[in-house]
Amino acid sequence: MTLRKYLVLLAVVVFGATGDSFLARGMKDVGTIDIHHLSHVFTALANPWVLLGIFSLLAFMSSYMTALSFADLTYVIPATAIGYVLMALLGHFWLHEHISLQRWIGIALITAGVGLVAGGPSRTEHPPAHLPDPETAQEHV
Amino acid sequence: MRALYTWVCITFMVCSAAAGDVLIALAMRRIGDLGEFRRTHGFLAVITRVLSGGALFGGIVFMALAFFSNLIGLSWADLSLMGPASAALTFVTNALGAKFFLHENVDKRRWIATAFVCSGVLLLTRS
Repeated sequence: MTLRKYLVLLAVVVFGATGDSFLARGMKDVGTIDIHHLSHVFTALANPWVLLGIFSLLAFMSSYMTALSFADLTYVIPATAIGYVLMALLGHFWLHEHISLQRWIGIALITAGVGLVAGGPSRTEHPPAHLPDPETAQEHV
Repeated sequence: MRALYTWVCITFMVCSAAAGDVLIALAMRRIGDLGEFRRTHGFLAVITRVLSGGALFGGIVFMALAFFSNLIGLSWADLSLMGPASAALTFVTNALGAKFFLHENVDKRRWIATAFVCSGVLLLTRS
């Protein structure tokens, strides 16, 4: 794993978290969508917070796809869960929010999970099926 | 009744998100490292290569379904329920999808990491 690859994972974390927050903020403005009028969900697309959320999620998608081009899905998803910890720590040190013991245990569990997966290989190597075995190929020569 | 709708929505969202993730991961694996590909072939070639995969479009369709069910779910329930429930369930369904459809080596280390992250997210967002 190079610095560039860690930066791509960081971009996945940042854009994913901001995208979700913007969408949640926008949907508070839009209000409840009635089960019989599900098409009203498209009216949410006119809300500036929802639009900002969509732009953040587009940036998230491009960094996420780049991450999946060099690492396994089961590596990228737990590794980027560190975003939950960053948001909780930001809330604590910046917004002076109280973090309960239960939350500290949650932070410890996520950090341990991220450490475990990040310490292992990022990619499962699949042997190319179409290439002939070099030893058998030599026998035929 | 709203609670039932919310959980149906969460289930639909989790399944769509997992299907989208697996299909996008499959498409990106076929392409290989985008950074190296860009260095050797240029940026435009990367865009063409990425957009030429059928699995990618399937993945985007499922991601769009997950996105709209997330929006509908957020209008029925708080982010404090939608966020942890969908995140924790998506970790597990993605690990299963990656193991059985992508044949990734989901060894003991990755299962333990998934379980740690999953329970950590639940603790962090439910308290």
